[in-house]
Amino acid sequence: MKILNKQVAPIAINAALSRDTELPHLRIQPSHGWVSLKLGELWEYRELLYFLTWRDIKVRYKQTVLGATWAIIQPFMTMVVFSLFFGRLAKIPSDGLPYPVWSYAALVPWTFFASGLATSSDSLVGSANLIKKVFFPRLVIPIGTVLSGVVDFALAFVVLLLMMLFFGIIPTINMVFLPLFLLLAFVTALGVGLWLSAMNVQFRDVRYTVPFLTQFWLFITPIAYPSSLIKNDLLRALYGLNPMAGVVEGFRWALLGTETAPGLMALVSAVAAIVLFISGLFYFRRMEKSFADVV
Amino acid sequence: MGNLAIKVENLGKMYHIGGPQEAYSTFRDAITRTVSAPFKRTYDLLRGQAYGAAGLKEEIWALKDVSFEVKHGEVVGIIGHNGAGKSTLLKILSRITEPTAGYADIYGRVGALLEVGTGFHPELTGRENVYLNGAILGMSRNDINLKFNEIVEFAGVEKFIDTPVKHYSSGMGLRLGFSVAAHLEPEILVVDEVLAVGDAQFQKKCLGKMSDVASEGRTVLFVSHNMGAVQSLCQRCIWLNEGVVVDEGQTEHIVSSYLNSSISAAMDQSYEDIQTAPGNDRIRVKRVRVIPSEGDTNKPITMVTPLKLEFEYWNLKPDTYLNLSLYVYSPDGALAFNTAPVHDAEWLTKPYPQGLFRSVCYVPGYLLNSGIYHVKVLFVEDQARIICQLDDVLVFDVAEAPEARGVATWFGRWPGSVHPKLEWKTKELFLHNNID
Repeated sequence: MKILNKQVAPIAINAALSRDTELPHLRIQPSHGWVSLKLGELWEYRELLYFLTWRDIKVRYKQTVLGATWAIIQPFMTMVVFSLFFGRLAKIPSDGLPYPVWSYAALVPWTFFASGLATSSDSLVGSANLIKKVFFPRLVIPIGTVLSGVVDFALAFVVLLLMMLFFGIIPTINMVFLPLFLLLAFVTALGVGLWLSAMNVQFRDVRYTVPFLTQFWLFITPIAYPSSLIKNDLLRALYGLNPMAGVVEGFRWALLGTETAPGLMALVSAVAAIVLFISGLFYFRRMEKSFADVV
Repeated sequence: MGNLAIKVENLGKMYHIGGPQEAYSTFRDAITRTVSAPFKRTYDLLRGQAYGAAGLKEEIWALKDVSFEVKHGEVVGIIGHNGAGKSTLLKILSRITEPTAGYADIYGRVGALLEVGTGFHPELTGRENVYLNGAILGMSRNDINLKFNEIVEFAGVEKFIDTPVKHYSSGMGLRLGFSVAAHLEPEILVVDEVLAVGDAQFQKKCLGKMSDVASEGRTVLFVSHNMGAVQSLCQRCIWLNEGVVVDEGQTEHIVSSYLNSSISAAMDQSYEDIQTAPGNDRIRVKRVRVIPSEGDTNKPITMVTPLKLEFEYWNLKPDTYLNLSLYVYSPDGALAFNTAPVHDAEWLTKPYPQGLFRSVCYVPGYLLNSGIYHVKVLFVEDQARIICQLDDVLVFDVAEAPEARGVATWFGRWPGSVHPKLEWKTKELFLHNNID
């Protein structure tokens, strides 16, 4: 198999030598305990984040008949069922607004959250091959999956706007705060996703926890019922410890102009979400070094 | 530091593997432990101690006290048996996994090629996958834009570049994957056994590209079982065995002592512990050996000896349609032949239950040439999917035999991967004095 000659061009070596001074130096050594987040490195890999997100969006509805319609069907059908059973039969109050548009306004961010949570918890295990063969900051994987849900959100959101048009609801000026509430949902989904995805690498228990967790979380979030059922202001604010309560009430307030301005509750939610997110980041980074070995 | 590219100092990597199960002394003991274990594990997990949580107590050192230096522009081969720690070393140097001890200093950007086409998505087109794969390997979008045409041309898939990769033949996928990786331009390139895939022509192309890279003065670390490739690419070699550096130096010298050492040990190998035997969750090897198929099995193997290549293995999944496929490599690293039990009417079409099996391949005498042969075995499911691949599972030396020379008076080594005894006949058609 002697196809090749062993030779190294001397000029090329000299070129390599002269570059030597500007070559980056890196020391690879064991890390101990809690490690830094290395957000700079994450920034260097922003193009990879972009491509992974783009891939997730591209392939999400490949080989499906209904395609991107799924992004609308899920929250919309849930809204229909909720409207029939909770709105019509159980006569659950909806802050004086038509029940369908009122519950759908909550279901749109909720669906974004729930699917972001589910896909991100499974993301590392799903990318096992990548993790075992290539180096990159592992954080881009869960971040990319949650980000890719924004497209689904946008589609469902268009339907929400159409519904508002149909019911003759004019969005209030508070709508400018909407991106903040979307960001809150994003941070919450990612925060939980970081914890669960890192645990999932070691223990597939997470796979069984996620459907249960999502269902449980749906019930404790004011989607089918209004948080105004809680009369005590302080208790309502505490309800915000569930960040999704703040998100959902924030969406309704910003879009539909419900009177229950989320003020304090949203603040509590924001703090809860940030705590969840930052602790998730550190936990993820701590577990990261064992990902390639155990996934 | 001068022109150092890589400096590795006492590098070590420890893995945790499952230790023996503790025996339950009493029924009550068993109950308490079953109940308390999940809590303890959850506690370990929350503290960020994955290994404790998984109950993985036993430790093995895949690498231990490994030190060496590589200068810029050097092409260094890393050789050793399966499980010698070669891949672990590359994974540490490419930052995929962290060392447990020691350190490595890297001067320059590292590009790692541990697998061809990592991250290819079957639903995306060739074009999209080039961008995705490039980004995964650390190329910027600009780099990819600049080299896109070159990449596609090298892979030879121009016509299909906008077709989803799932419609590609496996060869096309590999070519495209390799082509993307080949256009990486890091100062230090780390390559693991990528030449083991694809057909002969593709391998030749890969090897050619590798030698181009080498001659451009870039630093290359090259892991391979293909001694021919190692010898033609690398000036220097590092020989690893069981996680430690056995020797390093001039390629010729290291390769020949590696080959010599590997023979006697590798002709008959038994693995007592099913957990640590070569294989995976589908297949575990119990014993592999090569012996003369007739007469005294202790006699040395020569060119005229009929052989048995014997494989004892556990099939761990019931109802598997299984077959072995052997790749026999000749002393110069070329594939001498590939064989599978295609004429075994009984077992080729019958599912294997769970259990221990022995498959034997009979190689007739007067077939192999002299020298050291390496055997790779593939365990194949449904005659299509490789479920387990073991490189260099057998290595054996075939000695010269006077019988193989017949009545010839030439005593050099015959060239060629094999030296079969073929029938020759010569007939006298015209006698000279009949012509005129």
